[in-house]
Amino acid sequence: MIEITAPPVLLSTVAPVLIVMGTAGLVLLLDLVPPRHSKDHLASLALAGLVAALIVTVWQWGGERRGFRDMVVLDGYVSFFNVVICYAVALVVLLSMDYLKRSGTESGEYYALVLFAASGMMLMASATDLIVVFLALELMSLSLYVLAGLFKQSLASSEASMKYFLLGVFASSFLLYGVALVYGATGTTQIERVAAALAGKTPSAMLVIGLGLMLVGFGFKISSVPFHMWAPDVYQGAPTSVTALIATGSKAAAFAALLRVLMSGLRVATPQWTELLWILAALTMTVGNVVAIAQSNLKRMLAYSSVAHVGYMMVGIVAGGAGGAGAVLFYLLAYTFTTIGTFGVITLCERTTNVEADEVSDYAGLGRRHPLLAFVLTLFLLSLVGIPPLAGFVGKFYLFGAAIRGGYVWLAVIGVLNSAIAAYYYLRVIVYMYMREPEGDVATWAPSFAGGLALTIALVGIVLLGVMPAPFADLALAAVAPLLR
Amino acid sequence: MTALASVVTFLPAVGAVLLAFVPRRAEGALRGLGLAIAILTFLVSLPLWFGFDAGSADYQFEELVRWMPALGVSYHVGVDGISLLLILLTTLLTPVALASAWHAIHDRTKEFVIAMLVLETGMLGVFMALDLFLFFVFWEAMLVPMYFIIGVWGGPRRVYAAIKFVLYTMVGSALMLLAILALYYQHGAATGTFTFDLPTIVRWVMPPGLPQTLMFLAFSLAFAIKVPLFPFHTWLPDAHVEAPTAGSVILAGVLLKMGTYGFVRFCLPLFPDASVAFAGLVFALSVVGIVYGAWVSTVQPDLKKLVAYSSVSHLGFVMLGIFTLTPQGVVGGVIQMVNHGLSTGALFLMVGMIYERRHTRLIEDFGGLWKVIPAFSALFLIVSLSSLGLPGLNGFVGEFLILLGAFQVNPWLAAVATTGIIFAAVYLLWMYQRVIFGEIRHEENARLTDLNLREWAVLVPVLLFIVWIGVYPSLFTEKMRVSVDALINQVQSKASVAALR
Repeated sequence: MIEITAPPVLLSTVAPVLIVMGTAGLVLLLDLVPPRHSKDHLASLALAGLVAALIVTVWQWGGERRGFRDMVVLDGYVSFFNVVICYAVALVVLLSMDYLKRSGTESGEYYALVLFAASGMMLMASATDLIVVFLALELMSLSLYVLAGLFKQSLASSEASMKYFLLGVFASSFLLYGVALVYGATGTTQIERVAAALAGKTPSAMLVIGLGLMLVGFGFKISSVPFHMWAPDVYQGAPTSVTALIATGSKAAAFAALLRVLMSGLRVATPQWTELLWILAALTMTVGNVVAIAQSNLKRMLAYSSVAHVGYMMVGIVAGGAGGAGAVLFYLLAYTFTTIGTFGVITLCERTTNVEADEVSDYAGLGRRHPLLAFVLTLFLLSLVGIPPLAGFVGKFYLFGAAIRGGYVWLAVIGVLNSAIAAYYYLRVIVYMYMREPEGDVATWAPSFAGGLALTIALVGIVLLGVMPAPFADLALAAVAPLLR
Repeated sequence: MTALASVVTFLPAVGAVLLAFVPRRAEGALRGLGLAIAILTFLVSLPLWFGFDAGSADYQFEELVRWMPALGVSYHVGVDGISLLLILLTTLLTPVALASAWHAIHDRTKEFVIAMLVLETGMLGVFMALDLFLFFVFWEAMLVPMYFIIGVWGGPRRVYAAIKFVLYTMVGSALMLLAILALYYQHGAATGTFTFDLPTIVRWVMPPGLPQTLMFLAFSLAFAIKVPLFPFHTWLPDAHVEAPTAGSVILAGVLLKMGTYGFVRFCLPLFPDASVAFAGLVFALSVVGIVYGAWVSTVQPDLKKLVAYSSVSHLGFVMLGIFTLTPQGVVGGVIQMVNHGLSTGALFLMVGMIYERRHTRLIEDFGGLWKVIPAFSALFLIVSLSSLGLPGLNGFVGEFLILLGAFQVNPWLAAVATTGIIFAAVYLLWMYQRVIFGEIRHEENARLTDLNLREWAVLVPVLLFIVWIGVYPSLFTEKMRVSVDALINQVQSKASVAALR
């Protein structure tokens, strides 16, 4: 009789993911029982789950746990991303509470889907096997496709959902094909074993093609040029809280997996992907910023601006080494707080004729009507520009510093000139808020305690990261160490 | 007090935070408190002057706190003979500018006062910072309040002017950021100490070559735009004309000096070989700026634009003095920075006063003012004469020293630069004649009122220093002489060490 030994299962390796996933299930169940008229208790439950996952992550910090036959790992790198993702999702939940009530789309499954997406993101960061990367990516993406179409009555929202779904599935299949080719070239899908199988060899054509196809898949998820076409439509059409989630959490997760695959698994092909990413980074920064100048819709403008920010982060990957990867992690943290804050302000604004105030011109005179809200949005925009002493500046400082150190001076020059271009369109929003008189229908503040709390947390985040960046940068640097072994 | 430099730097910002809690309707209280904070800052900055040891070239009132130890970033501030006068100029002009805006700014007074105070902290930080990272933080952060001052309280084309100002500065400083990073890694690789600390990096002799040249150019672009050195000056007339009076005073009085100060503090000691190599080019551009600025000033129909272009000419003199790399030239350059801040600041103040009365700045709308407002006319004369460099007033001292230095280096270009002084007399006196003398051609001018007590209070401190520097310049030049000599020695010895290799 054949003895079947069960593989060792170490649930503690995926404890934060399981907590979030379990909370999602609980939210779905509780949605069926009273009270039915308000969903605040479900939001609170979701928040509690995220906070619990955060606490467990911090408690588990340090050391390395492996589980499921080395398919997932829990180390400093994963913990760092877990914190970023939990923070991002918790802020999104806070912002959603009153925003959904106002738009009349409050529902239990919204919070469940947000949590499922979050668990997918966290699993993506901890995956050390390409198959798990793919599974986690699909778990995250499928939840987000549905969330993007949350406004069922809105044509734009449905279009966003459909577009995101079709292009996303297409990109996923590219990724899967790339994984298959890498498996063909190395005989394994476990990232560290891929690296071991390739060590000392020159990369074969099959591997390089596999790498290229995987970059297409990841490029779509992080919305790098030329795979960014979905971003403006989805950002504009999706509910703003979902847009914030797509712009931060899903990008952080995709970067987590991308960094691991490139720096750990395909280290031997570094010259190949560096060259490729150099060009993509330059294109992504430039196209994102130049096209953003022409936008009159704030959400669309922020979509292109987020494309540009992805370009900056790719500079960090090109720069390579602990410095480059650490800079990417720090920038992701800074970018997450800043972006959620910016979209957060939009969720707190409404027009009389519309739920959302998403045209730049809606914000004319906001500095006079709601000085505090305008001031907060100004700070978030200045952080996106990269004005010291805010988080965005320090993030760029680390990224371009890594690029200079790595000898990529021209890429750094393109980067800083791009951030000067970017100042133009961010400042234009400030011009509207403070220097233009409003005409017709304008944005007004829809007060929300939860939303205000989220903005406060994000604001403290960008100021803290800007003034006292050292501990966080050290943390990011320590987090990338496992990748470079 | 050990932390005097930090107290002076951050006092206005702390005051701005406190003002945020004053209700917006209490406009009088906001103005009064803002002015009180600015005057307090000036008083607190006086011990810097009296406690300063002019016999030492070292940084004084130094403070060093580690900020990001892993990167080698520290909070390092200090004062030497070169920055001392500029710091005092800043703390003097800010209350003056705030007082001048007493009636001119009605709209959103709270934001205005806060912006001015934050701006003061930014400017003081730039002059005090002895760490490249810290310097860059202040340099960029200062853009934001100035952007708001021009964009919110400016003239009809204020938005255009404000954005132009920010974009010009950001493009320049973007490349400077990269140069700072490159310098950091070069210095670290060569010496093993990775640090942004300016005095530490200055002690290292950078080998001449392409990296040094590129870094010099990147720093210089940022500073040349700020100065503005011809041909990077096109943002200046827009910014000056659109800015409110208080903004123009600060812009001309202090902000432009951050560019020339940058050349003295960073470009010369950090990149001595490149500075020597490019001195000829900077020289030529300065002279072009001097003559061009003067000519363009002559034909301006608008008073504010005339003063704006005269700044291009005057700052050309400053740059000329600095790049002579002679003790006289550099001392003249630094004292001329202060002079220009006082004279041009005063000119903008007085143009603002007449604008508040007549709501026009066109020269042709005036004429015959002497009979109506004699006190104003007399003070305007003193300020104009100071600006054109009449002996006995401050402008003469600086220009004389600069030309003294310039003649030792290149007599021909110096001769061309000297024509700038003659043209300055032409455009200022011709303007004065058309505005103040002659018949009263417009009825409104006959009803103008003379200076009131507040305006006297605004102008007297500035005039005091205009005369004081003119009559007794050595009191001021003595404070900086040792620092300047040390700087020149450093540049020359580093350049010659490099040449010997």
